[in-house]
Amino acid sequence: MKRWRLLLAAPVLALLFALAVASIILAATGHPPLTVFSDMYSYGVEPDNLVLTLNKATTYYLAATAVAVGFRMNLFNIGVDGQYRVAAIIAAAIAGAIHLAPILDVALVMVVAIAVGALWAGIAGLLKIKRGVSEVISTIMLNYIATGLTAYLLTPGRLAHPVAGSNNIGTALIPPNGQVPGMSVIPGATTQVYGLIFLAVGVGILYWFLLNRTVFGFDLRATGRSETAAVASGVNVKRMILVSMLISGGIAGMVSLPQLLGEAYTYSNDFPAGIGFTGISIALLGRNHPIGIAFGALLWAFLDSSQIILDVSGVPKEIVTIMQGIAVLSVVIAYELVRRYGLVAQQRHVGEQTVRDPAEVSA
Amino acid sequence: MCPSRAQRRLLISTAPAVELRGITKTFPGVIANHDVDITVRPGTVHAIVGENGAGKSTLMKTLYGMQRPDAGTISINGVPVTLNSPADAIALGVGMVHQHFQLADNFSVLENIVLGQEPTRRGLLGFAEARQRIVTLGGQYGLEVDPDALVEELGVGDRQRVEILKVLYRGARILILDEPTAVLVPQEVTELFDALRGLKSEGLTVIFISHKLDEVLEVADEITVIRAGTTVATRLPSEVTAHQLAELMVGSELPSPETRESTVTDIPVLTVSGLSLLNVDGRALLKDISFTIHKGEVLGIAGVEGNGQAELVETIMGMRKASGGTVALDGVDMTAWSTRARREAGVGYIPEDRTRHGLLLEAPLWENRMLGHQTQPPNAKGLLIDSKDAKADTRRIVEQYDVRTPSIDVAASALSGGNQQKLIVGREMSGTPQLLIAAHPTRGVDVGAQAVIWDLLRDARSQGLAVLLISADLDELIGLSDTLQVILRGALVATADPATVTPKDLGSAMTGAGEAA
Repeated sequence: MKRWRLLLAAPVLALLFALAVASIILAATGHPPLTVFSDMYSYGVEPDNLVLTLNKATTYYLAATAVAVGFRMNLFNIGVDGQYRVAAIIAAAIAGAIHLAPILDVALVMVVAIAVGALWAGIAGLLKIKRGVSEVISTIMLNYIATGLTAYLLTPGRLAHPVAGSNNIGTALIPPNGQVPGMSVIPGATTQVYGLIFLAVGVGILYWFLLNRTVFGFDLRATGRSETAAVASGVNVKRMILVSMLISGGIAGMVSLPQLLGEAYTYSNDFPAGIGFTGISIALLGRNHPIGIAFGALLWAFLDSSQIILDVSGVPKEIVTIMQGIAVLSVVIAYELVRRYGLVAQQRHVGEQTVRDPAEVSA
Repeated sequence: MCPSRAQRRLLISTAPAVELRGITKTFPGVIANHDVDITVRPGTVHAIVGENGAGKSTLMKTLYGMQRPDAGTISINGVPVTLNSPADAIALGVGMVHQHFQLADNFSVLENIVLGQEPTRRGLLGFAEARQRIVTLGGQYGLEVDPDALVEELGVGDRQRVEILKVLYRGARILILDEPTAVLVPQEVTELFDALRGLKSEGLTVIFISHKLDEVLEVADEITVIRAGTTVATRLPSEVTAHQLAELMVGSELPSPETRESTVTDIPVLTVSGLSLLNVDGRALLKDISFTIHKGEVLGIAGVEGNGQAELVETIMGMRKASGGTVALDGVDMTAWSTRARREAGVGYIPEDRTRHGLLLEAPLWENRMLGHQTQPPNAKGLLIDSKDAKADTRRIVEQYDVRTPSIDVAASALSGGNQQKLIVGREMSGTPQLLIAAHPTRGVDVGAQAVIWDLLRDARSQGLAVLLISADLDELIGLSDTLQVILRGALVATADPATVTPKDLGSAMTGAGEAA
């Protein structure tokens, strides 16, 4: 019980700290912090903005889970960003081109997105196990290549068509068969929550199950905790690296789907980029835990959607970025402190329980 | 504590080099020191003996300024002192030679010795004087080492000499040696003791920490016994026997590793033939190793550490890929098998370094019980983990193997080394393995746990378990093994009969000095 309280104390204190720093910066720049925060809050809880928060959180959750899979075995997949963008454009192009049956279309597009994301991440996995290339370097490089590749593909004559009513270009519009309808669940909202919010929930449950209930997950966590002990226990670490890179990339491949199939229906020039990096922050914020990531994604998304009001009241929006940055940094530090404190406290506790009287120890 | 008349006279005649009074130090989860009283006369070798975990090293860290005592006083040469760091201790002439050498391999002896207080001349390194001083010191105390030799080219005995010179170079008059003989073969121990006598005759004081009683009786002028964190007796070597010392250390009867009747059968379990292993540079780490272990047999491998024992174990476990030769279990060639396949076939593995290879330190005990057996019942059902049965079986191990812990949910790091080791032994003995590879199974374990582990190995052996035993403890090797092989520079160089061989003979074979009996 005590450990639970400790585990919760870390993120709460870290967030309060981030709030305090943001307040100081606001006050120092002549903006009353309380007014700013209450403006943000009241704007953020407007029905349409709550929908926006949920939708953003869905996307963030998938990205963060993709990152977390790698993190759990000390594999730093910095390339979720590139993986989801390559997967998005190819999935969008295929979704725009096929006309089969309602559910089949969506399923097929999903499989394509997962496969493309996994393959893109798999390159980094192969490079690591065959050539010892650090996945940090190779995934960052693959992000650049992904940017170039999507730009190349998204030109008229290849995968792009002009988007009606603008000078934007995008892939062919996805026909209704390939679309996933939204849900009007927030009373008073004019917008809808992505139907694929359930995809994120499903991925979260699968992630938890895989990690905590399967031998594969045990191997993965063991590798993350101590590679040497994992090897001695019979884990094929190279295989684990490749497989977890593929899983991470597969989840990354799904990142774009809620928006693509639920709202945009095309991968265009203005499709959001950088979600992979947000995913890294949220995975850190949520401590790679499926529930923690959910809270992290919701918080991040809420800050993102409520910051829009700051433009209106003349407060620099960057204050939110500062808050997010400080939150991640202080959460990481707080977790590490709590982890160390927890281990020492446990040692002391076990010591007290097993060594009551030093004179008895010799037995 | 009853100092003899001779001792009392000496106590009066000079101020003690080191005097510890009522030293107390509490620590989370570790046996603390309490009420430690020690008086070390100048110009003597004072031994401090005690079991692993009795608090010797904690005490020496206190004396060397690495940690502050919670209570008690330290006096050096009769003056009460406060030591906040090793630098304070060094300034007072107290030096420490650590159990694990702290040398830079790619530096020369000279560079290692001056490291941290490099002599400079107008901002440039000036080694000539330092070299001269090292040669003088070496000659004076019988610690000759070539100052220009690279440390990586030196043997263990020479490295230790460098460590001692390092301390002397810094002007130490009181030397603390923490388990200095643990890494030495008997011949090197003799040389070390000669050097210690040399230091003593020059008026230096040596505090010698050990748990090897024969050595202590040979070299010490006075012996203080520590048990469970406190000093229980101080004796002169002339008035005490090894057996009495042992009883003081343990507080009761001493267990023995001896195996009585042979249970060896003629059914081979592990057959290793022509096994070789090359490193990336093509240098041979293992050379043409062949042996057979039968059902009910313990094969002991003796050797100075670093002669291929770790590589042999890891190759048999499939953690390294053999460059040549075969490994067969029960007549089935498993050379190409993965580590997991080998474990599933019934190979248990007690690794040499339990924190690196045997445990997930931050994971709960029940997950550690699964480690290495995570694909097998009771830990798994198919592809899924069976945490309920795994936890139940962990409780059984904790109970049966006397793992002292309040719960199976605490992290492995919260347990003492001995209890961690008992958990590993219990885990590896579960599921009736055919073959157990035990590397240093009782290293860093207290005497109680050591006796338990020896009993378990003997029982398993009598039920037909084949054991490959690697150990640095020659008594353990001789006592438990049915057959002994000596490994030297990656090759098996000699066979010995544990019924007749002495540690001395074995030591000779280990250094390649001669044939074992």
